[in-house]
Amino acid sequence: MRFTILFSISLLLTGSRGFAQQRFVLEQSSISFHSDGVIEDIAATNTNVSSIFDASKGEIAYLLNMKDFQFPKKLMQVHFNEKYVESEKYPRASFEGKIVGFDPAVEGLQQVNAVGRMTIHGVTKDVQFPGTVERKGGMLAMKANFILKLQDYAIKVPQIVWQNIAQQVEVTVDFNYRAQ
Amino acid sequence: MMRRILPFVFLLPLLAHAQGDLLDELNKTKPGTDYTIATFKGTRLVNGHTIETKQAGTLEFIFAHRFGPLDGGVYEMFGLDEAFVRLGLDYGITDNLSVSIGRNSADKIMDSYVKYKALSQRSGQKSFPFTLTALGGVAYSISPRRDDEPEGFETVDRLAYTGQLLLARKFSPRLSLQLMPTFIHKNAVSKTVERNDHVALGVGGRLKLTRSVALTTEYYYRLDPPDNDVLEAQTLSPRYNSLGFGIDIETGGHVFQLVLTNTTSLTERTFITQTQGDFFDGKIHLGFNVTRTFQLKKQERR
Repeated sequence: MRFTILFSISLLLTGSRGFAQQRFVLEQSSISFHSDGVIEDIAATNTNVSSIFDASKGEIAYLLNMKDFQFPKKLMQVHFNEKYVESEKYPRASFEGKIVGFDPAVEGLQQVNAVGRMTIHGVTKDVQFPGTVERKGGMLAMKANFILKLQDYAIKVPQIVWQNIAQQVEVTVDFNYRAQ
Repeated sequence: MMRRILPFVFLLPLLAHAQGDLLDELNKTKPGTDYTIATFKGTRLVNGHTIETKQAGTLEFIFAHRFGPLDGGVYEMFGLDEAFVRLGLDYGITDNLSVSIGRNSADKIMDSYVKYKALSQRSGQKSFPFTLTALGGVAYSISPRRDDEPEGFETVDRLAYTGQLLLARKFSPRLSLQLMPTFIHKNAVSKTVERNDHVALGVGGRLKLTRSVALTTEYYYRLDPPDNDVLEAQTLSPRYNSLGFGIDIETGGHVFQLVLTNTTSLTERTFITQTQGDFFDGKIHLGFNVTRTFQLKKQERR
């Protein structure tokens, strides 16, 4: 008897989790960066990001493999991985933090701020950047745009050799989540 | 005992949920295979090939140059007065399949290669310890002139073939080593001194000094080579195993390779079977390979 009651309570608790917690997983992801260089523009896109967004707590994390950044010029892609971000030593980049100003009850576009810790090239920094979250039923679109200084993450770019790499890049985040 | 534990077992789902470290969760659920990149900087090690192929849609122009021997003295400006050149183009049809054509000034040889990366070194889920590339080449000698052909010489006698397996492992970001078992068939040879078929085993490697500079070396050991005494008795030049050292300097779309080697030939047929300089007797040639890569086809956005 006691067993049955406990079992039912446990079931109820686990079952109700889905509603209260509102976890979202990525359905489509894109993190891209670009910089307008002296000789040519540099641009790359990573569509293989994984992320979880916990709407009830506003907690978010994303993780990506540096080698998944696709460049239009493949030689540039090799140099990016081998010489600049050292993907063999630091294969992944990540962000974990909170989405501040998001109300999970509201449908439609909301202006929010992302606050947390960004790790690239083995260097972790506290960051904050603005973005938008748009909720449509079980779908959630998150967009952000920010400037990233290479120096902050100890990414060295020899100016003499590669004049076409700027010291900062503009990062665009475009995530589409679906309720789990 | 069982009665005491059971209630906690039922509460476990709640505990797991309470932890909430999302990044840890992602770290656990993201496996995958990590393909090794940039085992070597270029498609050539010193004189011969590396396992690297050109990526899809990229064209590489290679200008390779060898001077005369350093022991030529001041009269020959330590070899700088003499020049042997190969002009070549490599193109990546897919990321793993490349084709190449070239023209050598030494013996006026046109050469052509097909290069296929069959296996790639990778770590993670589906790991594999080394990269294997197969190379097939044909070399056509334009010399001698048609009018100067000896009695019975046919067009097929101008041809030679190369089959090579290139096997390399990138042990660390700094160190890569390569093995190159090679088979060469020359249609026309002087039967009294050499056979048509030649087998050689090459070894080579690179050591990265900085992220843009690397040291390279390459040695081809010939199995059962023709006897130098026999060659000399027929007033032919003796032949040696080819040996080379290089410095790779990479700047953007260029790779500049500065080399020291005992051969003036830049195609397998000749530098493996007909190297005429003894490295340890001062027959060392300064040379360079300069490559420029062009992206002809832009990668489609996914």
